[in-house]
Amino acid sequence: MGKEMRIVLRNADKIDPNSIDDYIKAGGYRALEKALGMERKALIEEVKKANLRGRGGAGFNAGMKWSFVPPAEVTYVVCNLDEGEPGTYKDRTIVQKDPHTLLEGMAICGHAINSQKGYIYCRGEYPYVVEHLNRAIDQARRKGVLGNFDIEVRMGGGAYVCGEETALIESIEGHRGEPRFKPPFPGVAGLWAEPTVVNNVETFANLPEILNRGSEWFKAIGAASYPGTKVLTLTGDVVNRVAIEVPTDTTIRQVIYEFGGGIRNGKKFKAVQIGGTSGGFIPESLLDTPIDFDSMRGIGATLGTGAVLVMDETRDIVDIVTRIAKFFEHESCGKCNPCREGTFRNFEIMTKINRGMAAVQDVEKMSLLCKVMQKACLCGLGQAAPGPIVTTLQHFRHEYERKLLA
Amino acid sequence: MVTLTVNGKQIQAPKGSTILEACRLNGIEVPTLCYDPDLRLAGSCRMCLVEVKGRPLFLASCVAPAENGMVVETESTDIVEARRVVLELLAARHDFNCQTCEKNGDCKFQDYCYQYGVKESRFTDGGRHVYPIDDPNPFIERDYNKCVMCTRCVRACEDITNARAINVENRGHKAKIATAFDGDLADSPCVFCGQCVMVCPVGALTSKVSAGKGRAYEVEKVVTTCTYCGTGCTLELNVKDNKVVGVTSNRSEEYSPVNKGALCVKGRFGWDFIHSSDRLTTPLIKENGEFREASWDEALDLVATRLQAIKEDSGPDSMAVFTSARITNEENYLAQKFTRAVLGTNNVDHCARL
Ligand SMILES: Cc1cc2nc3c(=O)[nH]c(=O)nc-3n(C[C@H](O)[C@H](O)[C@H](O)COP(=O)(O)O)c2cc1C
Ligand code: SF4
Ligand code: SF4
Ligand code: SF4
Ligand code: SF4
Ligand code: FES
Repeated sequence: MGKEMRIVLRNADKIDPNSIDDYIKAGGYRALEKALGMERKALIEEVKKANLRGRGGAGFNAGMKWSFVPPAEVTYVVCNLDEGEPGTYKDRTIVQKDPHTLLEGMAICGHAINSQKGYIYCRGEYPYVVEHLNRAIDQARRKGVLGNFDIEVRMGGGAYVCGEETALIESIEGHRGEPRFKPPFPGVAGLWAEPTVVNNVETFANLPEILNRGSEWFKAIGAASYPGTKVLTLTGDVVNRVAIEVPTDTTIRQVIYEFGGGIRNGKKFKAVQIGGTSGGFIPESLLDTPIDFDSMRGIGATLGTGAVLVMDETRDIVDIVTRIAKFFEHESCGKCNPCREGTFRNFEIMTKINRGMAAVQDVEKMSLLCKVMQKACLCGLGQAAPGPIVTTLQHFRHEYERKLLA
Repeated sequence: MVTLTVNGKQIQAPKGSTILEACRLNGIEVPTLCYDPDLRLAGSCRMCLVEVKGRPLFLASCVAPAENGMVVETESTDIVEARRVVLELLAARHDFNCQTCEKNGDCKFQDYCYQYGVKESRFTDGGRHVYPIDDPNPFIERDYNKCVMCTRCVRACEDITNARAINVENRGHKAKIATAFDGDLADSPCVFCGQCVMVCPVGALTSKVSAGKGRAYEVEKVVTTCTYCGTGCTLELNVKDNKVVGVTSNRSEEYSPVNKGALCVKGRFGWDFIHSSDRLTTPLIKENGEFREASWDEALDLVATRLQAIKEDSGPDSMAVFTSARITNEENYLAQKFTRAVLGTNNVDHCARL
């Protein structure tokens, strides 16, 4: 039986999230104190050694990311709380249950890159989270625990693409939410062209415990190449639709059957999509894969944000993928040609297939388009948008064929 | 310098060059739509994609730094396939009517479709926008049914003119170039400088004043200086059958040191007076309340005699000279020289002082 392990959610439901005193009593802000006593270089080295990889989807070593920040007078720490990925509610859960663990993590990063200013970019649909965070920031300011580091909350306007770090930066700057080309990476030229570290909520929330218990401790948890835990959010046809935090060597099967309690209403499993809307669809035969970043990539899927959407035997894969295609058609920012036009055409072709009006040539041309988009689009949205189509064509081709014209 | 291999050939380029710059410096052409060396980079059209060994994604060469030891392919099978798909996606939303298009023969999209053999698009299943072509301003035709969404116009408006009249509105496939609230240019901060027309790589933005008068390949371009004001911008008169049918500008600093191709509404669109039937083409002398045509010699002799007479009768300070910003600096200099040295008065002034 798999067991939960709580690092980022260690205080969840144990302390009053509205009380900084509760957090401090539970050992809070001690890691920051420790970090402040460390040389910047040593602090970055410690985080690098822990091999804490970004929990926002791209899986980049956080310490490594920080180490790219050149010495500069002004640098920024940005927390990505855009959480636009459908089926994902882990960042909201972390912040609602324990906001100070995020603030502490951001302040630790602030010390590492010599920054005095942090921004939290909060999903537009979470106004109550903004309030909640502002309350926590206010308490932290009054207690003086953040030292000379200050944090401000900014709100998104509901665009999925603004979760992409450079579009997020454009949005904070007050521009159209469109990704920038990279390089330069935000670490070198980010917010207002100053060096900026962008990390996900869950990434920051891991930092206090890594500092408290050391990188060796962290590195030994879960999968070797992606150590630690991952917060997963279960949705769809699974009995327990909950958020869990598990070591990263937990398998998909354990997630669905042990933590999720299996499929609802005694039905059979058909597929699971992990990592959000752009995640690959995973068939029964691959359920024994561990959820860590590299294992998932190995089967052509993603860990992404850790959203787990379970589909039972009655679900119509082609219909679901058509809806996903519509999502991307709607959320493409329109900056680059292959995504602006490609997401539109994918949705057009998927609709045609779904209505039983397409021929095999349509599938072929969509496959070609997907292949090009994956390599040619400017940002991760367009590059990942074809994922569900490509993986369902691979694992559930018969469902497409059933709908094609002879 | 950095050394890299492109299409099997070793090339060198200054440190800090992009892959595109390195290629072009070495005579290797890569297609581009959104790239414009005078504007801030966008990296968005994805025409300039290249394959770089060891990189899982294609790189947009216009924004990717050239690095030592890179192995680059600019026309590999996969790259050509990707470019064709991008062109076909654009073609699916394009209102092809090259036969009547002002840009025929001078259109990057047409050129690239030709180069990559894109006759028709596999992605034409409908969904083409039909935008009205109805901006009533007298200068700029806006036909977004031909727009390739390169945003060069947006960047030129901001980076060169600083008018910020246009930007992208909406997202995704609904994205479109528009003024605030998608209105007419006249109701925006647009100053009708036509910098957007200058940079547009296709027939989406064209001059209404030149419409129907001749294609780029039919005209001779005569480099000259704008006569409207003392700024002295360099422009090119487009001449067809001995008639001026348009004005374009050359952005090379060598040709156009003052304005690098940028013009104002007068220089770019205000040339139709040249062949106007109302235009004076000889001096006129008024006799008995009536004007009659005269030769330059006769007219200048008359002016000289009269000025001489006034100077003798009433003294040089009874005269004053007032010059205009519509003549060049050199002409203004000559006018003040003439006033002081020939007329003998310091009564000289200029409208720019008002
Ligand atoms: C379309 C798109 C949407 C994204 N949305 C989010 C998001 O909502 N939250 C997030 O943390 N990262 C998101 N990312 C990833 C960010 O660009 C970035 O990699 C991440 O915030 C870095 O933090 P990490 O290294 O801690 O994961 C998104 C990326 C793309 C391409
Ligand atoms: S891939 Fe899509 S979302 Fe990303 S820049 Fe291109 S159009 Fe915008
Ligand atoms: S813009 Fe170019 S491709 Fe389009 S109609 Fe005009 S000449 Fe033809
Ligand atoms: S109008 Fe012309 S310059 Fe502007 S985006 Fe369209 S194609 Fe580019
Ligand atoms: S009138 Fe306009 S285009 Fe002509 S010289 Fe003056 S500024 Fe330049
Ligand atoms: S020319 Fe490089 S992306 Fe447009």
